Amino acid sequence: MSYKAKFRVWRGEGGEGKLEDFTVEVNEGEVVLDIIHRLQATQVPDLAVRWNCKAGKCGSCSMEINGRPKLGCMTRMSTFTEDETVTVTPMRTFPVIKDLVTDVSFNYKKAREIPSFTPPAEVKPGEFRMQQIDVERSQEFRKCIECFMCNNVCHVIRDHEENKSNFAGPRFLMRIAELDMHPYDVADRKDSAQEEHGLGFCNITKCCTEVCPEHIKITDNALIPMKERVVDRRYDPLVWLGNKIFKRSSSNS
Amino acid sequence: MEIERHEYDVVVIGAGGAGLRAAIEARQQGKRTAIVCKSLFGKAHTVMAEGGAAAAMGNVNSKDNWMVHFRDTMRGGKFLNNWRMAELHAKEAPDRVWELEAWGALFDRTKDGKISQRNFGGHEYPRLAHVGDRTGLELIRTLQQRVVALQQEDEKLHGDAEAYIKVFQECTVTRLLKDMSPAHGPGGAIAGAFGYWRENGKLILFDAPAIVLATGGIGKSYVVTSNSWEYTGDGHALALLAGAKLINMEFIQFHPTGMVWPPSVRGILVTESVRGDGGVLKNSEGKRFMFDYVPEVFKAQYATTEEEGDRWYTDQANNRRPPELLPRDEVARAINSEVKAGRGSPQGGVYLDVSTRLPAAEIIRRLPSMHHQFKELADVDITKEAMQVGPTCHYVMGGVEVDADTAAASVPGLFAAGEVSGGMHGSNRLGGNSLSDLLVFGRRAGAGAASYVNALAGRPKISDEAVTDAKAEALAPLQRSGENPYEVHHELQRTMNELVGIIRKEEEVSEALESVEKLKERAQGVGAAGSRIYNPGWHLALDLRNMLLVSECVAKAALLRQESRGGHTRDDFPGMSPEWRTKILLCELTPDGSEVIVQEQVQPPMRDDLIQLFDRDELKKYITEKELADFDALAKE
Repeated sequence: MSYKAKFRVWRGEGGEGKLEDFTVEVNEGEVVLDIIHRLQATQVPDLAVRWNCKAGKCGSCSMEINGRPKLGCMTRMSTFTEDETVTVTPMRTFPVIKDLVTDVSFNYKKAREIPSFTPPAEVKPGEFRMQQIDVERSQEFRKCIECFMCNNVCHVIRDHEENKSNFAGPRFLMRIAELDMHPYDVADRKDSAQEEHGLGFCNITKCCTEVCPEHIKITDNALIPMKERVVDRRYDPLVWLGNKIFKRSSSNS
Repeated sequence: MEIERHEYDVVVIGAGGAGLRAAIEARQQGKRTAIVCKSLFGKAHTVMAEGGAAAAMGNVNSKDNWMVHFRDTMRGGKFLNNWRMAELHAKEAPDRVWELEAWGALFDRTKDGKISQRNFGGHEYPRLAHVGDRTGLELIRTLQQRVVALQQEDEKLHGDAEAYIKVFQECTVTRLLKDMSPAHGPGGAIAGAFGYWRENGKLILFDAPAIVLATGGIGKSYVVTSNSWEYTGDGHALALLAGAKLINMEFIQFHPTGMVWPPSVRGILVTESVRGDGGVLKNSEGKRFMFDYVPEVFKAQYATTEEEGDRWYTDQANNRRPPELLPRDEVARAINSEVKAGRGSPQGGVYLDVSTRLPAAEIIRRLPSMHHQFKELADVDITKEAMQVGPTCHYVMGGVEVDADTAAASVPGLFAAGEVSGGMHGSNRLGGNSLSDLLVFGRRAGAGAASYVNALAGRPKISDEAVTDAKAEALAPLQRSGENPYEVHHELQRTMNELVGIIRKEEEVSEALESVEKLKERAQGVGAAGSRIYNPGWHLALDLRNMLLVSECVAKAALLRQESRGGHTRDDFPGMSPEWRTKILLCELTPDGSEVIVQEQVQPPMRDDLIQLFDRDELKKYITEKELADFDALAKE
């Protein structure tokens, strides 16, 4: 059942590094993260990797395996042939700290730029009443484990450093959609989604949806509906006229 | 070398549910607050909690209230709980859950639009607020987003988002520092904390008069565990080293249902909701064996036939619950016995089957992450076949001895909340009582720390010597070229798993203690190759100190307690002893820090109005003749 696998792992720090080759034991049922741990325990004790729950629930062990963004803990070795070389590299969109660990502070910065949940002031804790069907849309987005692989794979920033300041990435555009669809949220999020957080950059190639380990339909259920809401606001002639006449306080357009 | 230095009013160590709730409270009370955590913000072990948060809101069954919850909690803990904590917990949990909703949490709903509540082991009524089987994620994300909301407020008010609450992520605290000058009492008072950044290995010092420990548990001292790498008993050890005391360390919860196959995922949790929603346990003969394991004390509350148990899911007023929903310690021991008797599954567990109990679509709706987890990790479709499960080290009931109302430890300025604190759950925690514990006592710890700081005459000061010592200790493994720390860790895990596991006996625990002593010596010599930049070998070398200290506490307390109760089962003392119920075991370090000593302490008797919530017939199974006489006298008044 055991065999020796060929691994090629990115190693380096301070902006420099290279792929290093290893031969390492693999046992039945193991995942890529197990093999990285075996390398740590037996060959390179200072090999850096982020991980936590090892059950696909915390989103810490995001890495690129044979060029595809994956969670190390959910990628089974049985998906590779025994003679295949498995190449493991850090997420490409974020600066490498060391080996497989990247600086993901971009994501925490973006999180802070999205205005928080804003319930009506008069609703007190314990008084919220919502139907299951009305919370389910936002619940889907709250399954997000913040592995940041959607932001990592998004072409808007993957090879375009210059876009990072104007683009929240799929993760946080989805957060805006989540709040916009929350039955009790009263903040107006449509204009800022477009103007401040870069919703318009998204041209729905669905790369984010493809890599989501939680199988959240980011593009279809969050980004496209959010784009439609924005379009309704900005380009619907009746809404436009209404805004001109009544000066809706909730809108800046 | 310069050490980065920060000044705060309150430093919270740990960013799980308890830590975040404590930090939010301290900040809301106007204190400058730091959150220091080993992982990235939002990754703490709380995300792993699946089932829900127990709170007697009475949304599904209006007969539920805090008194019923209090009784269930005390029963679950076999009456060893700190009853004041159990009382506060049962009373305050609903407010803490509702508050989350006001901060944006989206729980599953009842038909009338309230928060839905599910059944769980040991809870008389449906009580767990939940989101499918990913409630922990919802809880931590909501608290994380609340911290961000407060930072946005501060940004507007002060132009600096981190003016009043700042997260120091991927940062490990290795020592708490005290001011030992006589003005602060004989044992000194908390003055700060010392640690290092995992990212670059640079050292960091916090000046702070109040520290809240919220570091979680100790599972990484065991091989088979549902706990993540962070669970190295840091807070337990930091408290001991600072002169605080730990209680109830012999009580460790082995969750009955962990995955058993494939080997690499052994121990990963299978939520109790599977049973709460109808899943049943069967042995290799296809028998629902739990009916054979209902202990005397629970006979009145559990069904005796499969038919009655099955009817209970739809009609709880007229039927008793199925024994699959006994408290966790009972179920874990039963599974252990079945496997030992040769009636286990091929991979050494038993079967947990929900596929024949619910339609496939319903299973996927109610248990999405279990479906996902088994499909992805074990190639098992739980809508079509049974899971194989077995006990896994899950939770430590023991922890820092604290004051129930303020979460204050015996060292001035030190507070603890959540799994790292002790008392609330007695000898066994009920499922669902952890998330609510985090919220209730996280808030109380934050408030306790804030009012402690308010009452201080002057800020305690950190001495240069203490910093020099802490620095030397932290850097030592890098300067040694000794044994690989992974080997010492693996041996400790094997020792604890085999000798101080779910079933214990005197010879084995003594043998474990000898091993721990030897491992302590070996740990002094471990070396870490490589640089200080994100070096896991170095980090583990430092964590070993904590795991060894905690293991010593567990083994020493387990050796002393000559009875079986909750998360402590002695093969050589199988019965529960009313005499032992009145005693708590207290662990502390000798003054030179070389050894753990354990002492007995008397458990204060339950307040009159609380003990009167129980029937005499039930109490007499747990309490001594003398206590029973006191109870009778009380009833006559």
